[in-house]
Amino acid sequence: MLEIHYVWQWPLRICHWVNALCVVVLSVTGYYIGDPFAIVTTPTPYVMGTVRFVHFLFGYVLLISLLVRILWMFIGNSYASWRAFLPWLTPGGRRGFIKMLRYYTFTGKQITYEVGHNPVAATAYIGIFALFLIQILSGFALYGQYAPGGLWDSAVGWLLPLVGNQELRLVHHVVMWLLAGFIINHVYSSWLMDIKERNGTISGIFSGYKYIEPRDIDT
Amino acid sequence: MQEDPRSDSQSVPEEILQKWEARGVSRRDFIKFCTATTAALALPMTFMPRVAQALEDNRPPVIWLEFQGCTGDSEAFLRSNQPTAADIILDVLSIDYHETIMAAAGHLAEEAKAKTIKDYKGKYIAIVEGSIPTDGAYCSIGGRSALDIAREVCGNAAATIAVGNCAAFGGLPKAAPNPTGALSVQEAVPGATVLNLPGCPLNATNLTATVVHFLTFGTLPATDRLGRPLFAYGKRIHDNCERRAHFDAGQYAEGFGDAGHRQGYCLYKLGCKGPETFHNCPTVRYNEGVSWPVMAGHGCIGCSEPGFWDNKSPFYRRLPNVPGFGVETTVDQLGLGLAAATAAAFGVHAVASAFRKGDAMEEDKVKREE
Ligand code: HEM
Ligand code: SF4
Repeated sequence: MLEIHYVWQWPLRICHWVNALCVVVLSVTGYYIGDPFAIVTTPTPYVMGTVRFVHFLFGYVLLISLLVRILWMFIGNSYASWRAFLPWLTPGGRRGFIKMLRYYTFTGKQITYEVGHNPVAATAYIGIFALFLIQILSGFALYGQYAPGGLWDSAVGWLLPLVGNQELRLVHHVVMWLLAGFIINHVYSSWLMDIKERNGTISGIFSGYKYIEPRDIDT
Repeated sequence: MQEDPRSDSQSVPEEILQKWEARGVSRRDFIKFCTATTAALALPMTFMPRVAQALEDNRPPVIWLEFQGCTGDSEAFLRSNQPTAADIILDVLSIDYHETIMAAAGHLAEEAKAKTIKDYKGKYIAIVEGSIPTDGAYCSIGGRSALDIAREVCGNAAATIAVGNCAAFGGLPKAAPNPTGALSVQEAVPGATVLNLPGCPLNATNLTATVVHFLTFGTLPATDRLGRPLFAYGKRIHDNCERRAHFDAGQYAEGFGDAGHRQGYCLYKLGCKGPETFHNCPTVRYNEGVSWPVMAGHGCIGCSEPGFWDNKSPFYRRLPNVPGFGVETTVDQLGLGLAAATAAAFGVHAVASAFRKGDAMEEDKVKREE
């Protein structure tokens, strides 16, 4: 019997889509900051100023969204828990990881049928959190340079001499492309799983509900 | 309240002004010097008489060392086109040792240095120009290695001022592959009190102001994380640049001599490193306020930042090269290639997945409406 499970609670779904919006807006504005391809000749323009303002605004939004998500790791349901990102901690999770990896690489036939994240996806999400963290740290360190001794300079400015401010800009720029790679991967994999798991993977992140056949779950 | 513009000059004691006049520095020039230096230090003008007084009181000995450098900092300091500034400061300091300008040579010169270190232990100022090689085969003076000399002179000084990027951060000699094993003064003499005045060359105004600060307050000025005085390195070039309005507008020169360049547009796309460089160039400028690189139409190359030969180059591109890839590949080409490769790989995966046959699941046993 198929069961309807409420898997992704609303704060998690909001965080997910806010993050998605932030990545799109920050990548578009960030790319323009890195390579202002259009030269503006209209009278009294303020294009870079506006683009940078939007970039910083969404930088704050991403920061807040990430903080909320981290909080939710501790107060949300078990699918949202920080444990869900560490499948490696349990023998079942380790087995599932291998099984899923074999499925992806055409060396195994069976998917791990999961209610929440499958173990390979969960591992990838650790990567995405790390990339967000790098973008936030490097972004706010670069941002803080306009006011030495100010809030952001005091909080993360120590990164500047440690890594080098120009190196930090390069990292910030490279990670944009890594995020683009992640999104391609993420959209494709959720589409693939939507087809293969037949449990509403894609609609689940809109509605929160997944459609589970308990007998398919082996671990 | 309108202040009497003459009040400053009136508050400098008459005898001081007369003494300077006797030395050939007009009272106007002297006041001008004191005012400019007080302003460079970001001190309120009420400090001006104290500055004038300090220039009077003491005459600390200075040992100026030069190691792996190009003498650009000495040049910048000695050849300021407004001679009075240099005159005043050279009058105030007793430069006991400076290889380029001292009359003595050989043993006599070395003796003068040794005497200063002995007689004024813990009281003299050491000024160091150039980086310090750890490989003793390079840059030995009077039979002693640079490291040895630096440790003795800086270790016994009241304060050490590292002038120019080479002394402050290692500069050109320390750039990859650093054949001499060059170090900055701070790295070479970890125990010494070192103030960094980087720049290529340093701005003579900032050295003068630092010395005057030391004479006036007996301490070195407050510094940032990199040991640079905040009065000179506390603001980013980009935030004080006269082309900043064009940056915010989105107006950039794309080639030297193009329409945008001729209209004074921002030099960001020509590789200007102003957004990552802290220095007071836009306000103090070089050569007694005549000009500075961005004003002259060339992007900043970040010469007051650590490792600028490595990490601020290529000078005509905004970002450094991605390590491991050729100089012709930009980060965006690599990124685009990465994204395209990912998309292609998953495209192939998708086609393969469409044709594969999975195992049946319980979920498949549903009533289908075909
Ligand atoms: C998804 C996350 C983000 C992406 C993809 C992204 C992308 C970019 C890119 C590509 C650049 C241009 C870098 C260059 O070529 O020099 C940039 C610049 C910058 N970003 Fe981000 N960014 C992100 C998050 C953030 C965050 C959270 C902040 C924090 C406020 C931030 C602050 C900055 C700053 C300060 C700059 C330099 C702007 C300037 O000085 O004009 N970014 N960003
Ligand atoms: S010329 Fe350089 S320092 Fe000036 S606004 Fe443009 S990027 Fe910034």
